[in-house]
Amino acid sequence: MAKKTRKSSIKIDRDRPSTLPLLDIKDLTVEFATRRGIVRAVQHVNISVAKGETLAIVGESGSGKSVTSYAVMRILDRAGRIAEGSVMFSGLDLRSAPEEEMRNLRGREMSMIFQSPRLALNPIRKVGHQIEDVLMQHVQVDRSQVGEKAIEVLEQVRIARPRERYHAYPFELSGGMCQRVVIALALACRPQLLIADEPTTGLDVTTQKAVMDLVVDLTRERGMSTILITHDLGLAAAYCDRVVVMEKGKIVETAMSSAIFKKPSHAYTRKLMRATPRPGVSLRDLLPEGESTRPKATAKASSRKPKGGAEAPLLVVEKLLKEYPRHGGAASIMKMFAKKPSVEPDVFRAVDGISFQIARGESVGLVGESGCGKSTTSMMVMRLIDKTSGTILFNGEDIGEIPARDFATLPQRKLIQMVFQDPTDSLNPRFTAVRAIADPLLQLGGISRGEVRSRCEELAAQVGLPLEFLDRFPHQLSGGQKARVGIARAIALKPDLIILDEPTAALDVSVQAVVLNLLQDLKDSLGMSYLFVSHDLNVVRLLCDRVIVMKTGQIVEQGPTERVMDAPEAKYTRDLLSAIPHPPV
Amino acid sequence: MSETVMPEGAAAPPKAPSNSIFSHARYVVSENPVTGLAFGLFILIALCALIGPYVVPHDPLASDTTATLQAPSLKHWFGTDQLGRDIFSRVIVATRLDFIIAITSVVLVFAMGGLAGIASGFFGGWTDRIVGRISDTIMAFPLFVLAMGIVAALGNTVTNIVIATAIINFPLYVRVARAEANVRREAGFVMAARLSGNGEFRILLAHILPNIMPIMMVQISLTMGYAILNAAGLSFIGLGVRPPTPEWGIMVAEGAANIISGEWWIALFPGAALMLAVFTFNLLGDGLRDLVDPQRRT
Repeated sequence: MAKKTRKSSIKIDRDRPSTLPLLDIKDLTVEFATRRGIVRAVQHVNISVAKGETLAIVGESGSGKSVTSYAVMRILDRAGRIAEGSVMFSGLDLRSAPEEEMRNLRGREMSMIFQSPRLALNPIRKVGHQIEDVLMQHVQVDRSQVGEKAIEVLEQVRIARPRERYHAYPFELSGGMCQRVVIALALACRPQLLIADEPTTGLDVTTQKAVMDLVVDLTRERGMSTILITHDLGLAAAYCDRVVVMEKGKIVETAMSSAIFKKPSHAYTRKLMRATPRPGVSLRDLLPEGESTRPKATAKASSRKPKGGAEAPLLVVEKLLKEYPRHGGAASIMKMFAKKPSVEPDVFRAVDGISFQIARGESVGLVGESGCGKSTTSMMVMRLIDKTSGTILFNGEDIGEIPARDFATLPQRKLIQMVFQDPTDSLNPRFTAVRAIADPLLQLGGISRGEVRSRCEELAAQVGLPLEFLDRFPHQLSGGQKARVGIARAIALKPDLIILDEPTAALDVSVQAVVLNLLQDLKDSLGMSYLFVSHDLNVVRLLCDRVIVMKTGQIVEQGPTERVMDAPEAKYTRDLLSAIPHPPV
Repeated sequence: MSETVMPEGAAAPPKAPSNSIFSHARYVVSENPVTGLAFGLFILIALCALIGPYVVPHDPLASDTTATLQAPSLKHWFGTDQLGRDIFSRVIVATRLDFIIAITSVVLVFAMGGLAGIASGFFGGWTDRIVGRISDTIMAFPLFVLAMGIVAALGNTVTNIVIATAIINFPLYVRVARAEANVRREAGFVMAARLSGNGEFRILLAHILPNIMPIMMVQISLTMGYAILNAAGLSFIGLGVRPPTPEWGIMVAEGAANIISGEWWIALFPGAALMLAVFTFNLLGDGLRDLVDPQRRT
């Protein structure tokens, strides 16, 4: 009953003349009170979104793009406040609206999709019930029909078998499926404005395409306005009408997405565009103008083809297989009492008999979507986990036979190193940068403690890390600097093979461009081989001589990069390639 | 989505940027003055333990039959007991013994329980099962009764009180250390340490232990209070420190019988000291948690 009275207190006119913008942000400034004083995360931002328009806010981390959207929804955390400006939504001033009114607007008139779908869903409630909550909260339907309505909503986001999925828990659904449920939650009450904050980060490229297509179709169908917040200029331009580029809390450029790629007017937009990996450019082109012609660029031609084709390959992997038991102990007890034999096999094959080679000085890309076994493969080659069967010949020696447990202290450990996906997670928070780089030198390098410091400084110079950062802790370094520390640690022992596990996935595009170039330079000067594990085909195209495409534990295609990318043989490779968002060039 | 807090008033005053632990401590104390109070009390208790025996006005063991059971006065601040001993001196002097028992037992349990817990969380498998069952067994007993049993069986000495206190706290340390080590087991920096040629034990001690130390420090502070209470409790029921040694538990026990006849001060003052010590360590634990919590650092 109380809900009904609340509902009537909202005066949102859905039939306002469409010439007025649905959302009008004027001169918005958001401040955060921190220990270091007041930080202005967003400064004098003007954005307007017309009815039915799709707008993208693009920027790198710290640009204030998410904070702007939180200010619109009024979900800033406790330290943040709107210091200046106004936010008008459909004629209603959101800045001064009482909290109760905001609660009613959220979900019913404006909704938000968050970055991590799994975190946005309550893990212990059925997804159907979570949708019902939203519907009930805003009194959209009768209690008796709410179940049917929830199933209908699930159907609209194209979830197959919605009646079954209604009873599913979030952990039973894949990442893409969870994101669809989150979209269903956001759109259940047919809001007028949808804010999608990095909705596809962390999703596979084919899933990203499906999710984005769905969002765009639904918003078009319902005449909704959408704000897409993303760091990916390509994604923004491919799916949105207009693009707003933000840098350090300010808007630097607003343009139609068809125009922004043709003639970006602001230097920052140009820098972002240059740094975005795309077909038809070389690695050097990603760097900002002026820095792209470095002396090492001449060495590039020779590095493209593996040296000495007759030489024995560095790494030969044959019929490599990894199986995991499918059930835990409880399930095997269940099975003893079960009447029917289980249909599923007892083991799950993560890697299913794959074979490939890597020559000296060659860089090979290993691509595939999450769950395809590419990480398991790299961990086995890395000797961090044991194989089930098959051989891993490294320099002619079968290192696959050595248990992973013992490998850490063997001399061969020096020759295979790795750069990890998350530069933050892979550095010990209690170690300074120099200690992180020194660790392999002290354990395996066989050099005295006195020499360590100078060797670390040498390595820091090699990866372009200023020496004054060596004594800092990871939390005092930026993402790019942490990535450099991770690379310096990996090359400290002068390995023959480095496995790069999505080394730039957690970095901004401009930092990614620099790190990719650094990796290429190091390969050229040190003659290492790379196994580059990635899901980003555009990045693989830039760095790799050869590509291996994996799907469900098997290799579907392998060959020279140009051949696989330009004339893919397998249907799966074609699907992957076509799912990459292509900006209108 | 419902959590929307918009501070209306002016933002907190800006602070000078500094990375030092002292400025951070000052910040934490200014946020929560109770933490400052706890640190002040801790320093007071530590001073009593260090220099107390040299500055007290009376000999804590000297009995004076002419001045038994005197109420608090200017000469005897906390009064005197049945044998005419000065209670104020005895309470101050007892701090050292209770402090030593608490600290040694906590260090002992940290060495045993902390390391066993880290190993069990990091290695898993059989290590985890064995350590887990040992702590389950300990927890199956009422802890104070277990401590009584251990002291009764091993003999009535300070060393055995320390051992008994350590054993009953073992499961607490195991659980905290195990949980913390377990979440770091798959962390990227552990894999990186393996690639750098660290053996498993080296990873455990050189890489994981430093990351767990802050949370263990909090645990240590919280169990200190409990250890003091436990030692006093054992002495109270006659197991543990023997008279005439000044110890809070014994003093409360000695004074308990006199409360009914109106001599309340004999039990009250040592009891209040005990309460204050436990209270201080509990508050200190909360303060330390604020100090080491990385989220409070931003």
